[in-house]
Amino acid sequence: MSPPEQRGAMTSVRPSVAPVLLRYGATALVAFALFGLILAISGKDPIASYRDILASTLGSTYGLSEVIVTMTPLLLTALAVAIPSRVGLINVGGEGQLIMGACLSTWAALTFAGLPAWLLLPIMALLGMIGGAAWAWIPGQLRARGLVNETISTLLLNPVAALIASFLIFGYWHSPMDTNKTAVFSESARLPRLLDTRIDLGLIMGLALLALFWYIMRSTRWGLEMRALGGNPVAARLNGLPARRYTIVALCLGGAVAGLAGMAMVSGYYGALLANFSRGVGFLGFLVCWLAGGSALGIVVTSFVVSIILAGGNLLQLTRDVPYSTINILLAITLFAVLARPDFTRLRSAR
Amino acid sequence: MSDLALLGILSTALFSGTSLLYAALGELVGQRAGIVNLGLEGVLLVSAATGFSVTALSGNPYLGILAAAIAGALMNTVHGYLVISRKANQLASGLALMFFGFGLSAWIGADYVGARIVGLPRLDLPGLAGLPEVYASLVRFDILIWLVVPVAILVWWLLYRTRWGLGVRAVGESPDTVYASGRSAQSIRYQALWLGGLLAGVGGAHLAIAYAMNWSENMTAGRGFIAIALVIFAKWDPLRAIAGALLFSAAVAFQLLLQSSGFQVSPFLLSTMPYLLTLLVLAIWGGRRRAAAPASLGRVYQGTE
Repeated sequence: MSPPEQRGAMTSVRPSVAPVLLRYGATALVAFALFGLILAISGKDPIASYRDILASTLGSTYGLSEVIVTMTPLLLTALAVAIPSRVGLINVGGEGQLIMGACLSTWAALTFAGLPAWLLLPIMALLGMIGGAAWAWIPGQLRARGLVNETISTLLLNPVAALIASFLIFGYWHSPMDTNKTAVFSESARLPRLLDTRIDLGLIMGLALLALFWYIMRSTRWGLEMRALGGNPVAARLNGLPARRYTIVALCLGGAVAGLAGMAMVSGYYGALLANFSRGVGFLGFLVCWLAGGSALGIVVTSFVVSIILAGGNLLQLTRDVPYSTINILLAITLFAVLARPDFTRLRSAR
Repeated sequence: MSDLALLGILSTALFSGTSLLYAALGELVGQRAGIVNLGLEGVLLVSAATGFSVTALSGNPYLGILAAAIAGALMNTVHGYLVISRKANQLASGLALMFFGFGLSAWIGADYVGARIVGLPRLDLPGLAGLPEVYASLVRFDILIWLVVPVAILVWWLLYRTRWGLGVRAVGESPDTVYASGRSAQSIRYQALWLGGLLAGVGGAHLAIAYAMNWSENMTAGRGFIAIALVIFAKWDPLRAIAGALLFSAAVAFQLLLQSSGFQVSPFLLSTMPYLLTLLVLAIWGGRRRAAAPASLGRVYQGTE
């Protein structure tokens, strides 16, 4: 399930900017027209709805900050896919790794609630990364031993993680008031917020890790070796690169980053662990990374665009009485329109 | 535990396993043609919502099944257009299809949350007239349950005993060979996806019209992923998929049995079994597994230009 063409697409060279921008523009137009049709069928005014979405997301400081809040976990879950993809591995398990990370850091938040923030937050972050890495270690081992393809195993472990989280929440951790979520964390277990907005430190962590990823891939021996393994595994192995070790380490690093996203979500955004809190952010990370061609800058731009759509959906639900999930249609049509034009990544790089 | 309670549990288990087997068969046909559809969850949701709303509107559950099957085929057509005609990445397209399904099903079903419908009628088994009513009511299944095993055998027959099935299996192994033999790999893959969509659509219909008898957002609750696991577990063989679905039904029955006899085992942990079991079986079969998967599974067929 991991043929060379797909790997090529993940690490392709970017073509010149202008035609790409034009195509993205046309693509977005098609997507918005189709979703407008759906809005019109349900009797809502599409143009007014779009004006609402734009005004509420990009039109105000608060709206913009909401977009960035939505974007924060996406940056990390997309990076969780990008790291293994450089070695030619497909990680579809970001969802599960994120949930396991959230579970472990929630355990720390509930157990050590009395600790000061400077001690508790690093513990939570560390446990979050361990949780995600452990969840990715299983597929890593199975793949490195040649037993199970990592695409299948990472996919299968997602629902398992969600069920374990539900088991912990409903069975042990739920607050006296609700059965489907934990009590709100103590103030020391919350990530500090930036500039009086709902944006939290998770954004800085995401951007810093993406920058680190970009630097390591570009300028270090590890980056070169990973790219070599992803580009031509046979040649890399003949040159004595430890393929097995890289397989496990890359998957575990990806898992750790996804786990950190889980920690950021429970500690920053929600301040508690909820059943089904992730809403598919792990899967979205895969799509963002794929659309961005696995590049660090591309991930930032793509997740920003995706977040505008998602944040706009919240508003449509409030003002236009459209179910929240409906915004997934706009998201998906946009993705379809991009996917239907693979020429700006794959075919050009294959030439 | 009384016989009656045991029979009730078995009946519930069969009910919950049926939609799973239809969905797994649908995914299986597509995968035999080399196409992974990770959006099966979305396909199930859309067909469940369509089937339910058409049933609620028309009052005829059979019309609901038909609409659901068509909805499933249409969803698979979207996937097919992207991965076959536009040569998009199958995993990415499948995940996008899943999100599409989340949204579209919520939109279709929005007006029907809490609606009441006439469920799929249950058929009397001939020769059960002598049985006490309570027993007879438990073995009275709807037509989709009666048909699911014959349909699985039919899919097996189609794949292994017809010229069309040979084409499907061939295109899953090597599209180039199919092309060289003068057939169109693309059109065979579309046909396989359509059949798969129809089957998955029937599965979604059974879930909404016969099993749950209501519509709520996200009602499939991960069944699409269990079905994908089941396809792998079944080594891409429809007959083994019957056994796999029975195993799943048995797990559901076991879970209900434990609960009713007072054992406190978390239903969440028991629900992890299908996934962990599939993973375990894959790990044990190890390297030999690869021979069982269609060779071109997940690959983009670039054609011969």
